[in-house]
Amino acid sequence: MKRFGDVVAVAGLDLTVSAGECFGLLGPNGAGKTTTIEILEGLTPPDSGDVEILGMRWQDGAPGRALRERLGIQLQETQLADKLTVSEVLGLFRSFYRQSHTVEEVLALVELEEKRKARVVTLSGGQKQRLAVACALVSKPELLFLDEPTTGLDPQSRRQLWEIIRRFRADGGTVLLTTHYMEEAERLCDRVAIMDHGKIIAQGTPKELIASLGADHVVDFALTEGRIAKDLVEILRQMGGVSAVRTGPDGVSLTVVELHRALPALLALLKERGVELSLLTTHHASLDDVFVALTGRQLRDT
Amino acid sequence: MYQLAVSRMREFYREPEAVFWVFGFPIVLAFALGLAFRNTGPGKLQVGVAGGPGDSALAATLDSSPRLIATVLDTATARLRLRTGRIALLVIPGDPVVYRYDSTRTESGLARLQVDDVLQRSRGRKDLVTVHDDRAVAPGSRYIDFLIPGLLGMNLLGSGIWGVGFSVVQARQRKLLKRYMATPMRRSHYLLSFILSRLVFLIVEVIALVGFGWLLFGVAVRGSFATLAGITIVGSFSFAGLGLLVASRAKTIEGVSGLMNLVMLPMWILSGTFFSYSRFPDAMIPFVKALPLTALNDALRAVMIDGAALATLGTPLAVVVAWGAVSFVIALKIFRWR
Repeated sequence: MKRFGDVVAVAGLDLTVSAGECFGLLGPNGAGKTTTIEILEGLTPPDSGDVEILGMRWQDGAPGRALRERLGIQLQETQLADKLTVSEVLGLFRSFYRQSHTVEEVLALVELEEKRKARVVTLSGGQKQRLAVACALVSKPELLFLDEPTTGLDPQSRRQLWEIIRRFRADGGTVLLTTHYMEEAERLCDRVAIMDHGKIIAQGTPKELIASLGADHVVDFALTEGRIAKDLVEILRQMGGVSAVRTGPDGVSLTVVELHRALPALLALLKERGVELSLLTTHHASLDDVFVALTGRQLRDT
Repeated sequence: MYQLAVSRMREFYREPEAVFWVFGFPIVLAFALGLAFRNTGPGKLQVGVAGGPGDSALAATLDSSPRLIATVLDTATARLRLRTGRIALLVIPGDPVVYRYDSTRTESGLARLQVDDVLQRSRGRKDLVTVHDDRAVAPGSRYIDFLIPGLLGMNLLGSGIWGVGFSVVQARQRKLLKRYMATPMRRSHYLLSFILSRLVFLIVEVIALVGFGWLLFGVAVRGSFATLAGITIVGSFSFAGLGLLVASRAKTIEGVSGLMNLVMLPMWILSGTFFSYSRFPDAMIPFVKALPLTALNDALRAVMIDGAALATLGTPLAVVVAWGAVSFVIALKIFRWR
């Protein structure tokens, strides 16, 4: 539990991350992800509650430093010193740890070898982010904390970072990351916890959470005439294969079990009512849909 | 800690503006002030002779003195020049001869003595004692000799406070401090790294300024270089501590700039950098002497001008050390690490 003035940032949550797993904290901006991860990292003292990391608790002085030796941390908003080169930054971070990778080793891990002499200020967003992750990896950590590692990056840089995280895990590392990209969590994480307003609203493997929707496809559509009639919504709810109906300002979203039955039925119904579609898309149910189902809000616009 | 200090230095020398303000600016200042206040021997004094009977003869007599330039002026012009300080004194011929001048101006007082001396002699006054002028323009008594140690002290203060203050607040603003906190780095090492890197810059600063003063103006160091080095190291540590204190809470560069000016401006004025603090009222002197820059300037001047030994400088150095130690301890206690 953590308060900032009158605002309760994290309202109390329980989670356990096992060794060797990749755990994702998901949620919209302001959900309390960063506060949670910084409490775990020992950077923000909690107002109440218990944290145990690698069998230890946060303490000042030597025990705290001993614990830090075993962690790798990337913070959300750190800007490294502009005037230093990539290998100088890594050399500096390396000097903080008793045992660490050499600069060359860690450069290879994040594929920044050809930028070793470049100053930080000249790096692209993706390269800066890989350098930040390199600073976290330099200590040969057992546990890696990543706070929104791919926010604001282009798709290619994002995939490069995912690859770095996969390699770290392949060597037996444990990862705790936060993200507001559900797709990222689905791809990287063994287990995820979805946070909203400082609370965990769902927890499990991505598959379990998606399965909890009771359907594996989502059909989104909109009508040319705008809002859909209320009785039509009722009819949709009763339709075979449809497990949930949600109406929003942009259109209607159906969660369906059997797309091959529900879709023709939907089209037939709309034709019979004489209304025209302005949009029709379908996709496999994702964690995004889980978030929408749980909160009634889209993840991105909150 | 070594790595932290090296990083500090790299960040500094890759910032050309910072290099100029720390090393170049004091030298430019010393050069300009040294030129403006260079000793050209006793200057000639401008005096006026009011128009009237016998004016040109009187002017010629005065003008023949090597220390005076005399001009015949009409009343209106004479009045204007006297008021604006273009002439130091106006002589009105007649009986008695009238000297009109502003007795609060040093120059006018000198002109009064000089004019009277020339005039009395020309009318036949005999000197009763033979005198001989021995003019002392030896290095050590000139303004530049006073100025260089002051600039050195000011420079140590400025680079300590700017150098430490800005980079601490910048690291805090960029969340870099928080990132360091997420490593096993010792907090005291971070703070000490500033002091260590200051030590290296210090050597360059001192050599640049003292070397410049020596080459261009012949400002010598009368005391031992070891003593000078010792004093500058103590001063530099102390000001780095002060810089840490100034930067210990501020969250923005703007905030810390204000604090820095608050700390430095009074000392620039009060601590005898450009002129002696003995010009301040007696009641203020104990307060002025308690300032770290005053104590450092006093110690530097004692070594450079008077050639004092380290042992005689206990009091000013104790003041400097006390400021540094107290600031460092308070800074460590109240430092905002995130």
